Amino acid sequence: MRISRVVTAPVFNNQPVEDLSKIDAVIEKYRGKKGNLIPILQSVQDIYGYLPEKAFDKISNEAGLKLADMYGVATFYAQFRLNPVGKNIVKVCHGTACHVQNARALTTALEDNLGIKDGETTEDGLFTLESVACLGCCSLAPVMMIGDDTYGNLDGKAASKIIKQVKKNS
Amino acid sequence: MKTKVIVGMGSCGIAAGANKTYDVLEGLKTVDEQLDIELSKTSCVGMCYAEPLVEIIDETGYYLYGGIDEKKAKEILESHVKNNTPVKEYVVKSDKFETSEDSYVNGQEKIALRNCGYMDPESLEEAEERNAYKAIQKIGSEGKTDAGVIKDILDSGIRGRGGGGFPTGLKWKFANASVSDDKYIICNADEGDPGAFMDRSLLEGDPHAILEGMIIGAYAIGANQGVIYCRAEYPLAIKRLNIAIVQARERGYLGKNASGIKDFNFDIYVKEGAGAFVCGEETALIASVEGERGMPRKRPPFPAASGLWKKPTNINNVETLANIPYIILNGPESYNKYGTEKSKGTKVFALTGKIKKGGLVEVPMGMTLREIIFDLGGGIQDNGKFKAVQLGGPSGGCIPESLLDTPVDYDSVNSTGAIMGSGGMVVMDEATCMVDLAKFFLNFTQQESCGKCTFCRMGTKRMLEILTRITDGKGKEGDIELLEELSGQIKENSLCGLGQTAPNPVLTTLKYFRHEYEDHIFNKKCEAKVCKPLLTYTVVADACTGCTLCARKCPVDAISGGKKQVHFIDQDLCIQCGACDDACNFDSILVS
Repeated sequence: MRISRVVTAPVFNNQPVEDLSKIDAVIEKYRGKKGNLIPILQSVQDIYGYLPEKAFDKISNEAGLKLADMYGVATFYAQFRLNPVGKNIVKVCHGTACHVQNARALTTALEDNLGIKDGETTEDGLFTLESVACLGCCSLAPVMMIGDDTYGNLDGKAASKIIKQVKKNS
Repeated sequence: MKTKVIVGMGSCGIAAGANKTYDVLEGLKTVDEQLDIELSKTSCVGMCYAEPLVEIIDETGYYLYGGIDEKKAKEILESHVKNNTPVKEYVVKSDKFETSEDSYVNGQEKIALRNCGYMDPESLEEAEERNAYKAIQKIGSEGKTDAGVIKDILDSGIRGRGGGGFPTGLKWKFANASVSDDKYIICNADEGDPGAFMDRSLLEGDPHAILEGMIIGAYAIGANQGVIYCRAEYPLAIKRLNIAIVQARERGYLGKNASGIKDFNFDIYVKEGAGAFVCGEETALIASVEGERGMPRKRPPFPAASGLWKKPTNINNVETLANIPYIILNGPESYNKYGTEKSKGTKVFALTGKIKKGGLVEVPMGMTLREIIFDLGGGIQDNGKFKAVQLGGPSGGCIPESLLDTPVDYDSVNSTGAIMGSGGMVVMDEATCMVDLAKFFLNFTQQESCGKCTFCRMGTKRMLEILTRITDGKGKEGDIELLEELSGQIKENSLCGLGQTAPNPVLTTLKYFRHEYEDHIFNKKCEAKVCKPLLTYTVVADACTGCTLCARKCPVDAISGGKKQVHFIDQDLCIQCGACDDACNFDSILVS
């Protein structure tokens, strides 16, 4: 289900102090427009990489949106994150075609390589590992995406090589 | 003429390394003055298995090169462009000679994909050369009425390509009949079905066709605003759509008196989705555009009467819209001459999985699965044995070998228990475990269930638990019957398509591969060697060199044996993780 009914852990974890004035322009742009909730959250996430707790309060106060509505939307859609993520988000595709071509082994290899579990962020803050439903490059399965770059026909070794390359460049 | 060199730069081409190929070609072009070529980009032509693709058009003809990495790019420039000798071994398609890949292309009829891979999708001029906006201009110049347009679409017989298969003309007729000052037309580009990517290819390869399809639809139903709801995972598609919209506005195809038709005011904007499979459902999609959680609501009222912002709204799928300009321009007969009695025209399929030639194919409805998979797709990878093909994604089902001669049209596919869906075709060989596959889909639907209907919310979770139990070797008698009972209840008591079809992958695998379930439950065996808890790992004494690698990798120290001695796995300690098999360099771990 898209929302866990019972929240067992604190929702917001180790959030750094963010400069909230960065979202003034976003609020200005969308204030009062109908259907603005999702675009506001998307723009805020573009700025910080996640949705800071304090940003919710600010948007609520200044754009007049209800906190409950925002929280409902932010937890419903897969795109939104409530906690900071690594500089590079490694999305491993687990669509049907990738599943059939052993995407699980790819995730395992990346977990070993990065020393984190699926969904976690490395200590140096460079990488976050995520599983996603389908990246739409099915004929090159298994596939992963780092930033806006997609890599196809992978195995554990090839993926580790790419991680090394990305590390070198960041 | 100047020799044209065109690189395929769809998402799939880029993933295969087309950027590097393009950079090499561009670099060589700038340093080498002898190279008098016109270098450009296009999108996916559908031969994804042969990416990166480079097309060379010169005075002698047309040559499509496949698998062109940086090294081969240099080679073809040197040999083909400079010395006029095509490198035949890399050519996958040409009008000069036959190639081994002709069988992939020759069985196809490209209508929706007519421009994909044949033009630069960011150039309006190239699109116009290939008839973009000619259909809406024809409507304007002939003074065709809205009823006339709807009649053409009805006569063409086209049915919604998103999966439902509802006649498009009828949908337009209903929306047209609703009376309101404001009406909306929405393009559903929230292609969430894992294993299907035809919409992405169309959006990236021919954005103007989608815009024109929407303009024609808007004219037919009387809409003044269009929305393209595109998933955020497709950044390239969103970028190209936005470029196309700006171009169309500048040229007057959109805006006041759109496309030169008096009093027809229409504009389009792109709305980025936020990642929820259920938003492919019409009413959930509308909720999402309104900025809410994408949860479906009860129908009626149907969107045609009360949709976005409670105004009449018509929603069409990307592929459906791509066909519309072709039908209007060439007449309904040009379209309904293809296909079967009840399923007209052509359909795009995404051929993926364990298939030799994976990619996008567009074929007339009624072609059999066998023809598509074996004649076009070239059969199974590594000469494996065909086991099943999955049609329709998480809402669809698995079709076994005995039904390979089923013609692909809406009704025949439905009769197998699968659905046509958006056209994802995932081919599987003997190395795929059907119980594991059913679990995979249930895991997906369970996560994507919006949580509104109890049977979908709880039922899919319970089904997933049972399937997990079975694949963990803890299945018990009665599990199969329980799965069937839950399936029936979920189908019956869910509001939207997601819940109503969620049990399909389980039901079809139970129907055609019941013995695999029984094998898992009663014999604790996984024939395909996928479900690890059901496997036994042993050392083949003859092959073991005693390198100790496996013993060092084993996380539970279940492997004993000194250097240069045959090793032994203690079955009581083994947790079936497979680390020894992965580590062994001599194939001496036997998995059974």
